[in-house]
Amino acid sequence: MASAPSSAAKPSPAASSAPADRAESAAIDASVKAPVLLLLGAAILWLLAGSALALIASIKLHTPGFLADCELLTYGRVQPAANNALAYGWGLNAGLAVGLWLLARLARATLRHGGLILVAIVFLNLGVILGVGGILVGDSTALDLLEMPRYATPLIFAAYAIIGAWAVITLRTGRSPHTFISQWYVLAALFWFPWLYSVAQVLLVFSPVRGTVQSLVDVWFAHNLLALWFTPLGLAGIYYFLPKVLGRPLALYHLAPLGFWSLAIFSGWVGAAGLLASPVPAWVQSAGVAASLMTLVPVLIIALNHHLTLVGRFSILKTSLVLRFIVFGAICFTLTSLQNAASALGAWAEITQFTYYGLAHAQGVQYAFFSMVMFGAIYFLLPRLLLTDWSFGKLMAVHFWASALGIALYLFALTVGGFKQGQELNVLPVGADGKPGLPVPFLDIVSHTLPWLQAGTCALILLTVGHVAFAINFVSTLLQSICPTARAAAAAGPVLLRTPPAMEVAAR
Amino acid sequence: MNRSPLLFLGIFGALAFSFTGMVLVNQVGYGALTPFKDDTEGKAYPLQVPGLAARGKLVYQDLGCATCHTQQVRRDGYGTDVARKWGDQPGGSVARDYIREGRVLLGSVRIGPDLRNVGVRLTDATALLLHLYDPALVVPGSTMPPSRFLFEQRKIIGEASPKALKLPAGVAPGYEIVPTARAENLVAYLLSLKDTYTSYPESNYIYAPPAPEKGAEAKPAAAKDTVKPAAAPSPATPAAPAKEAAK
Ligand code: HEC
Repeated sequence: MASAPSSAAKPSPAASSAPADRAESAAIDASVKAPVLLLLGAAILWLLAGSALALIASIKLHTPGFLADCELLTYGRVQPAANNALAYGWGLNAGLAVGLWLLARLARATLRHGGLILVAIVFLNLGVILGVGGILVGDSTALDLLEMPRYATPLIFAAYAIIGAWAVITLRTGRSPHTFISQWYVLAALFWFPWLYSVAQVLLVFSPVRGTVQSLVDVWFAHNLLALWFTPLGLAGIYYFLPKVLGRPLALYHLAPLGFWSLAIFSGWVGAAGLLASPVPAWVQSAGVAASLMTLVPVLIIALNHHLTLVGRFSILKTSLVLRFIVFGAICFTLTSLQNAASALGAWAEITQFTYYGLAHAQGVQYAFFSMVMFGAIYFLLPRLLLTDWSFGKLMAVHFWASALGIALYLFALTVGGFKQGQELNVLPVGADGKPGLPVPFLDIVSHTLPWLQAGTCALILLTVGHVAFAINFVSTLLQSICPTARAAAAAGPVLLRTPPAMEVAAR
Repeated sequence: MNRSPLLFLGIFGALAFSFTGMVLVNQVGYGALTPFKDDTEGKAYPLQVPGLAARGKLVYQDLGCATCHTQQVRRDGYGTDVARKWGDQPGGSVARDYIREGRVLLGSVRIGPDLRNVGVRLTDATALLLHLYDPALVVPGSTMPPSRFLFEQRKIIGEASPKALKLPAGVAPGYEIVPTARAENLVAYLLSLKDTYTSYPESNYIYAPPAPEKGAEAKPAAAKDTVKPAAAPSPATPAAPAKEAAK
C-alpha cells in the first residue's frame, strides 16, 4: 500500500467543477473523441451480433430442431461464437472506450497521435471478426473463452498491446497531481489482459503444455478474464461515476486501495476452485477454494465504498438514468461476488458443478455487472463527446428496463434451474432404506431443465430489445451531431440530459 | 502519477503470484509426467490414440461437442459419476490419463453425459452414427443437436452402400444417406474414448472410501510421488484392482 492514492486534494471526481476545469475537460474530451467513438461503434455492432448469436444458441438448447441443418450455426459453434463476440467484440471495445476516456479525464491529459490508435482499433476488430468467423466455420480450439483460431489471436493481441501501451504512455503525462482509484483499476486491466492472453495462447495453442496442466491454464485465463479485465473496468466506472453523479465523495475512500490490492492478489487463484475433483493436484483445488473465500475481503470493502456513498441519495435514481445503470451494476457486483464465494464451498460446489449455475455466474459478472456499468458510462460520456443530447429519452428508459429485467430473469432462471439440475445430476437420491439410491436418469434431468431454458430464451429476447433500442439511439445521436438541421429538430423534442456545461453543474 | 513505478510493480506482482502458483509450479510438478510402463503387459499406458480417432477428435473440436460434454470422471462418492457408470476407476480420472492428448478437453458443463468412457458403454458404430444423424431417433426425448450435415444424401447408383443409414422413416426411394468421412472419424474417436487401465501406481494409493470433504484425497499428480512402483501391488489384470477397491 506504499502508493495509496494521495488525498491531498479531494480525490473525487465530484470535485471538478470550476469553469476552467470544464474548458479543460472539453479539450480532453475532444482529444479522445475519434478513438472512443470508433470503439463504441464497434462495441455496439458486436453487442447486436452477440445478442443474436446468443439468442440462437439459447433457442437450440430447448428446441434442438431450430436451424439444425445449418452447420455454421450448430450449438457447439454458435454458443462459443456468441460468447466470444460478447467478451471480445463488445467487452474489449466497450471496456477500452470507457477506460481510455476515464484515464484521459482523470489524468487530465490529452491523447496524442490518435491516428495510430484508430488503425489499431480497426485491426483489433478485424481480429475479432476473423476469430468469431473462424469458430463458426469450424476452426475452434475448443478451449473455454479461447476458442478463436490461431490465425486471429495474434492480431487481437498486437492491436490490443498497441492501444494499451499507447494509452498508458500518452496519458502518463497528465497534469493531475493525484492518482484516483479508478485509474489504478483501468491501468491494471490494460496491463493484465495482454499478459493473460499471451500466456494462455502460448501455453495452450502455440506450444501447448501437456496433460491437464492445460486445463489449469485455461481456468486461470478464463476466470481472470472475468476477474482481472471485466471486473476492474466495471469497478473503475463505478468508482468514478458514483461520486460524480451523486456529487459527494466516496465513503471510506481510504480503504479503496486495500480493496484493490486484495482483489488483485486473491482473484487470480479463484479459477482453480472450478476444477474441484478434476484430475489436477488436490492442493491447487484447495488453494482455489481458499482464494474464493479470501475474495470476500475486497468484495466487502468495495461494497462498502459503493453502497455507503449511495445511502441517503436514492432519490437521484429517479432522475438519473446513468446512475440507475451504475447502481444496478454495483449491486450486481456485490451479489455475484458473494455468490461466487459461497459456491466454492463443499456441498454447494458439488451440487452446482457442471450445471447451468456456472453459466449464470459468468453472465452475472459479464452482463449484470460489467455491461450495465458500461451502458451507464456510455450514456454519460457520449453527450460530452458529441456536444449534443441523446436523441430519444424514451429509448434510454426502454434500454434500462429491458436490460435490467432481462438479466434478472436470466440469472434467476439459470441459477435456480441450474441448482435443481445439480441436485439431480450430482446427488444420489436417498432410497427407501436410507441408503443412496440410483441416480436420476439423465433424460429426466434433460426434460426437467427445459422450462428454465425457455425462460432463459425469453430473457435473452428482452435483452436484445434493449440492445436494439440502445443502437438506434446511438446512431441517431451520432447523425444528429453530424448534421446540424437534425440537431435543431431534436432540440425541440423531449430530452433527458441537459447540454454538457449545464449537466456538469447539475451533476454536482 | 509519480508513484506509477510502484503501482506497476504491484500490478505485475499480483498476477505473477497466481501465474507462478497455478501454472508454473504445476508445469514443473507434473507437466513431464510420462506413460506408465506395465511390465506384465509390456505396454505403456495410456495407449496411443489411433490415427482415425485423432482425426475424429478434430471433428469433435470443430463441432464444439465439448460445450455440452465433459471428459472427466470424478471419484466415487463425489457427484454421481461412478454411480452412473461413466467410469469404473473408483478414484476417478487421473492426470496421467490425459498425457497423450494434444488438447485436453476436460469440459465444464454437462448438458449431455460425460464421454470419457463412452467407448466402453457404446460399442455399436452404426447406432452411434444414427445418434449423430438424429439423436431423438436413438434416444427419444434427447435434446442433443442433430448433425445431419455430417451425412450426405445421394442417389443410389448400382448397388446400395453397405454403410447407408437405416432410418425408421425410410429415405426417398432411389436415394440413400451415407456418413461422410468426418462422421466416420468422429465415431472412431468416440469408440476410442475409454480409460480402462486402472493400475497406475497413483490409482492404487489414492482411493479412500468416500469422504465428504472435498479435494482432500484427489490425485497426487506430482511426478515424484508417482514413481514408486515398489509400493504398488503388481498389477495382474488391469481391471482387477479396481473391482476390488470398488467393493
Ligand atoms: C446441446 C448440447 C449437446 C451438444 C452440442 C452435443 N451433445 Fe451429445 N448429448 C447431449 C445430450 C443432452 C445427450 C443425452 C441424450 C442422448 O443420449 O441423446 C447427449 C448424448 C450423447 C451421446 C450418448 C452418451 C451416452 O452415454 O449415451 C454421445 C455419444 C454424444 N452425445 C456425442 C456427441 C458428439 C460427438 C457431439 C458433437 C458433434 C455432441 N454429442 C454434441 C447434448 C449435446
